[in-house]
Amino acid sequence: MNVKTETRTSTDVNQSAKLAIADCDIHPSPKSVEKEIYPYLAKRWQKHSETYGLLLRQPYQNGPAYPKGQPDASRRDAYPPEGGRPGSNVKFMGEHHLDVHNVQLGVLNPLKSGQGLQNVDFAAAYCRAVNDWQISHWTSQDARLKGSVCLPYEDAALSVAEIERRAGDPNYVQAFMLIRTSEPMGQRRYWPIYDACAAANLPLAVHAFGFGGSPSTSSGWPSYYIEDMVAHAQSAQAMVMSLVMEGVFERTPALKIVVVEAGFAWLPPLAWRLDRIWEKNRDELPHVNRPPSEYIRDHVWLTTQPFEEPDRRSHLKDTMEWIGWDKLLFATDYPHWDFDDPVRLPLPKVDKATRENFFLGNALDLYGLR
Amino acid sequence: MPAVAPGAIDCDLHPAVPNVKALLPYFDEHWRDMIVQRGVHELDSISYPNNAPMTARPDWKPETGKAGVDLDRLRVEALDGFQTSLAICNCLYGVQLLYTEDMAYAYARAVNDWMTAEWLDKEPRLRASIVIPPQNPEYAAAEIDRLAGDKRFVQVLMLVMDEMPLGRRRYWPIYKAAERHGLPIGIHAGSAYRHPVTPVGWPSYHAEDSAAQAQAFQTTLSSLMTEGVFAEFPELKVVLLESGFAWLPSHMWRLGKFWRGLRMEIPWVDRHPMEIAKDHVRLTINPRDVPPSADAVERLMNHFESDEMLLFSTDYPHWQFDGDDALPEGLSRALAQKICQDNPLATYSRLKETA
Repeated sequence: MNVKTETRTSTDVNQSAKLAIADCDIHPSPKSVEKEIYPYLAKRWQKHSETYGLLLRQPYQNGPAYPKGQPDASRRDAYPPEGGRPGSNVKFMGEHHLDVHNVQLGVLNPLKSGQGLQNVDFAAAYCRAVNDWQISHWTSQDARLKGSVCLPYEDAALSVAEIERRAGDPNYVQAFMLIRTSEPMGQRRYWPIYDACAAANLPLAVHAFGFGGSPSTSSGWPSYYIEDMVAHAQSAQAMVMSLVMEGVFERTPALKIVVVEAGFAWLPPLAWRLDRIWEKNRDELPHVNRPPSEYIRDHVWLTTQPFEEPDRRSHLKDTMEWIGWDKLLFATDYPHWDFDDPVRLPLPKVDKATRENFFLGNALDLYGLR
Repeated sequence: MPAVAPGAIDCDLHPAVPNVKALLPYFDEHWRDMIVQRGVHELDSISYPNNAPMTARPDWKPETGKAGVDLDRLRVEALDGFQTSLAICNCLYGVQLLYTEDMAYAYARAVNDWMTAEWLDKEPRLRASIVIPPQNPEYAAAEIDRLAGDKRFVQVLMLVMDEMPLGRRRYWPIYKAAERHGLPIGIHAGSAYRHPVTPVGWPSYHAEDSAAQAQAFQTTLSSLMTEGVFAEFPELKVVLLESGFAWLPSHMWRLGKFWRGLRMEIPWVDRHPMEIAKDHVRLTINPRDVPPSADAVERLMNHFESDEMLLFSTDYPHWQFDGDDALPEGLSRALAQKICQDNPLATYSRLKETA
């Protein structure tokens, strides 16, 4: 395989891009779970982790259900020179990514955070530890970085406790779930989470992946990693559909949902479809007072990585207009292999203000950081 | 709105099995005995609750009983109503939902023979899809072989949500038989309900079941392409029935993006999925999940980069539109002509043989 990397400095990028940007999807990892996460875990859970490991609703003890396309699913140039996994060194991330791409706001979305563990008590303890670790190892080390409150979301009460524990803490800009929940997200078992997010004024980010246990397609498990990756978009559609059709946005009008790393071009066709079906089934949905597209327009934001790449940029421009430019948040997915490069992003031509908001302003507005 | 010009070919309408009694003459003695003795219920899928709004358009719904059971009404409302020259019947009786392979095989044969005797023999404008038991691909291929000699059967019918994603090699004997006889695979909305209808579990509302079909079509297309069905069967066409179509371009962008990054995993996919779709995938026009303005519909149509992918359908007697408003605003006259006549004729080569 040909692997081409380039060395880039902040001077290179400032000449070509100049813009300050927000990166709404960065994945930090601990260099060592024992050294960085265990200090925040009770002895009981440290022992549990050693004895049983991190048991998810998937086949393997370690590693994903589908082997990735790259080691650690990461850019080959993202391994810190001092050692450790990509994304495990705050100083190197600063130099390799934040400095050169002029990232003013980097939103951390930890993935091995305990979310989706079969044992919800362990999930809650682990999420809490990872949330502490985000402050000690990341946000306190680099002021450009902000954390996400990882929730043990399959248990609403434990999640609410974690949200309340972190409410008002400026280290965090959002609460954080994974898309593949064990039941559709609009269902009542999750409602207390939405109330708590609204009360704490935290947008709720919902990231691709997850361990709900249902097959990742409604026709069963697919064969390939590529199918698993593409299918996040279908899970995201199911999530948005459920939130709308269960009346969550009617019930919790302050709720803001950020769909992370699941694409965005699927949203307009989904909204058109939901509108048509809602119109014909209003008897069944007395709690949904407005056309679904209106709730979606008001309550759903999307990060743009992995960026859609049709042959013609004008087609993408149509789509982005249909969604609303103010709802799109730039993200790179650093340090992962499918990183979107802000310098080379095939963004349709738009005016300067729209471009600046796309790269930065929309995120500052959403997270109240202007 | 562009009117449907006379002579259109309706690629998706639904004569319904009124009840299992109507099928009894088409079973052999063993199965007739089984059905009566065991009191087998009607195989009406939960995909279409009999009285749900979208199951039957208000003016196409009889005062009692199911819509779509009466040939005379179908003639007046669907065929004369749109001045269609030909119409393809997709019977949705829940054969694919059974857990017993041999029972499903018996039901598929009965439904197909009932379709021949009660509909095709009585109305020359009708064509039909072959109902198969996907529970057992060998049985399914045998049923295709049994009926392929009758040129009024123009397609093989499957449901979008089965036991496994439809690209899986398990199903390839079906595709091999279909290709051998020049039959497209029609993949219709619906589920065998082996899995939740969303990848995140069972929803609460029928409306969600309906909406979720579009995501099922997306992952099914991912499966057919990544498994290499179109590389193995280069003549095969797949028609997505009652699928919606607005989602197709953006789904191809996404699959195409990951194909660029991960094609090493599926080396038999040697070109962009959108190019494969243009050659192999067709979609029926109703239901239409289109934007509210004609201008936006026109822009959406451009995203297809092809005027050959869409096929006219009324989805009779399902309720997708009112009056004769069968085509969305924003189609040019030329595109409407392609959708209503040229594309169906190009997709179903058998229509020319018997027309």
